[in-house]
Amino acid sequence: MNNVFVYIEIENTLVQEVSQELLTKGRKLANELGVELHAVVIGTGIKGQVEEQILPYGVDKLFVFDAPELFPYTSAPHTDIIVNLFKEEQPQICLMGATVIGRDLGPRVSSSLTSGLTADCTELEIGSYEDKKEGKTYENLLYQIRPAFGGNIVATIVNPDHRPQMATVRSGVMQKAVYEGDCKKEVVYPEVSKYVSPEAFVVKVLEHRVEAAKHNLKGAPIVVAGGYGVGSKEGFDQLFELAKVLHGEVGGSRAAVDAGWIDHDRQIGQTGVTVHPKVYIACGISGQIQHIAGMQDSGIIISINNDPDAPINKIADYVIVGTVEETVPKLIKYYKQNSK
Amino acid sequence: MALKIVVLAKQVPDTRNVGKDAMTAEGTVNRAALPAIFNPEDLNALEQALRLKEQHPGSTVGLLTMGPPRAGEIIRQGLYRGADTGWLLTDRLFAGADTLATSYALATAIEKIGDVDIVIGGRQAIDGDTAQVGPQVAQKLGLNQVTYAEEILKIENGKATIRRMIDGGVEVVEAPLPVVITVNGSAAPCRPQNAKLVMKYKWATCPLERTDENSAYAHLYAERPYLTLNQWSVADVDGDPNQCGLSGSPTKVKAVKNIVFQAKESKTLTSSDGDIEGMIQELLNEKIIG
Repeated sequence: MNNVFVYIEIENTLVQEVSQELLTKGRKLANELGVELHAVVIGTGIKGQVEEQILPYGVDKLFVFDAPELFPYTSAPHTDIIVNLFKEEQPQICLMGATVIGRDLGPRVSSSLTSGLTADCTELEIGSYEDKKEGKTYENLLYQIRPAFGGNIVATIVNPDHRPQMATVRSGVMQKAVYEGDCKKEVVYPEVSKYVSPEAFVVKVLEHRVEAAKHNLKGAPIVVAGGYGVGSKEGFDQLFELAKVLHGEVGGSRAAVDAGWIDHDRQIGQTGVTVHPKVYIACGISGQIQHIAGMQDSGIIISINNDPDAPINKIADYVIVGTVEETVPKLIKYYKQNSK
Repeated sequence: MALKIVVLAKQVPDTRNVGKDAMTAEGTVNRAALPAIFNPEDLNALEQALRLKEQHPGSTVGLLTMGPPRAGEIIRQGLYRGADTGWLLTDRLFAGADTLATSYALATAIEKIGDVDIVIGGRQAIDGDTAQVGPQVAQKLGLNQVTYAEEILKIENGKATIRRMIDGGVEVVEAPLPVVITVNGSAAPCRPQNAKLVMKYKWATCPLERTDENSAYAHLYAERPYLTLNQWSVADVDGDPNQCGLSGSPTKVKAVKNIVFQAKESKTLTSSDGDIEGMIQELLNEKIIG
C-alpha cells in the first residue's frame, strides 16, 4: 500500500535506460515519503533475464509478469495487468517513461483508475498543496512540473484526491545511479492469467522492427544544435560538418524539426531528447523554455544568433552576434587551424 | 464496407512560433497574440479518414470538437476538405477540463453519435503535448487503441492494418474494429481545401456562433439545413456534469510561472575572424574542446 511504482520498459529482454533513470528518481521519492520502491516488468521469456538490470537501482519489490504474447507490447494486456495490480497494491505514485509505450499505456491506465496523469515532466518533487476553495491542505503530494503552453510557461501539477499520482518522464531527464543504500530486492512472479483475460489479446503485432540508434545525441560530449535561424535544410549540412570536426552530434529545435530540416529523433527539448554535453553550440535558436528544458545542464553554452536579445543568450557562456551562415564556417576553419 | 468515421480535432493557439509579443508585460501568455489554428496532427488524422472514405464507398467522416463557439471553425475547415458533418461540444460546464474530463466528454458524444467504426485523431495537441486524450477516449469506450499511427494500410474483414511509429523503429499491427487511432505528425499531410466545398460551407455555423452578420443569411439557414452545424451541450450528450470540466479533472494546477533564466556572465562576441579564433583558442587552451 502507498508505495512508489515504476513501470519497467523492455525491448525483448533489455531493460530500457529511461526505466532505470526513473527507478533512481523513484527511490529518492520513496525515501522522502518513507515508503518502498516497487517495480513492475511485463514481457515474454524475461524471467531470469531482467531482474539484475532492475534491482540494483534500489528496488524493494519487483513484480515480473512473464507469459507468451506480452512482448511486443500491446495496449490492452499491459493495461489490464497494471490496473489489476494497482487495485491490489494501491500505490500512491506511478512513474513511466514518456516513450511511445509509456504514452500509450499511461493514459489508458489513468483513465481506468480515474487518476490524474501528467505527461513529460521535467522535475518531480514532494510538497504540500493548499486548496483554498475547499479550505483543505494536502501534505506529501507529488509535484509534477512541466513546461506547458508550447513551452512558454512552467506549470506545477498536483493530484490531490486521486491515486496513484501518475507522471511520465522522458529519457535522459533524470540520471540513473546504482543505489548504495539498503533495499529489500524481493522478486515475485505473479500468475499472469489472474491479471489479464484472453480477450485482451486482440490486437496483433504483425511486424516489429527496431533499429539501433542512428546517433548518440543523448551521450554526445559536444552538441551542435540548429534552430529556425539556420534557415534551410542545406544550412544544417554546415552544422553536420562542424559536428564532424568536433566529434559531436547534431540536434535541432522543435522549429527546425517542424520545418523538416532535421529528423524528428534529433529534436532537443522537453518533447525530444534531453542532453547534458560538455559543450552546446546553439545555432540560430531563440531559446523557448521547452528547448531550454532539454539542454540547460550543458557545460559551456555557445549561442550564435543575429538577435543579441535572444532568450537563450542569457544562459550562454559565449554569445556570438552574427548569422549562422557566416559564423559556422569560421568555427570549422579556426578549429582546424588551432587544434593540432 | 462502409465506415462511420469520427475525427477528433481541436482548435489550438499556435504555440509553435511564439514571438516575444506573445508574453504580456506581466509575464502571462497573451492568447490574443496567438492565432487559433487546427491542431496540426489532427489534420494528419483527417487525411487518413478522408482516404478511407474514398477507398470505402458509402463511408462518412464527421469531425468532433470541444471548445468555445468559435471552435465551429474547426468543423468548417474539415467540411472544406471533404468531411460530411461535424459536432461541436460547447458548454461552460466543459470548461477547465484536463485530459480525463475531456476524454469523458468526447466519449459520451461518440456514444451519442453511435455505431462508430473508427475514431481517429492526432497523437497530441500542440498546446498541451500530452497525447493522453486518444487512449483515454478508447478506454472509456472500451475500444482498442492504436497510437502513433503513420498510415492505415487497409481495412478488411472488420480489421484495420496500421503502420505505426515506435521508439527507434516501426510496427505493423492489426486491430479489430471499432478502434481508436491516433496519428503521428510523420503521416501524410492533409489535402488542401476544395474551392467548391468552401463555397458550399462558407456560411455553415453553429447557432451560438451566429452574429448579426449572419442574420442577413437567415433564409439560407432555412433552405439549407447543412449550414447549421450540430452543437451539443452536456445535457445533449447525457453527460454527468461532475465528470466534465474542472470538477471532473483529477489534476489541479498548483502554480504557473514564467521561467527566469539564471543569467550567466556571458562574453559577447561578433562574428569577426578575430573574435571567433580567440574563442576557439580559449576553449582549446582550457581543454574544453579537444
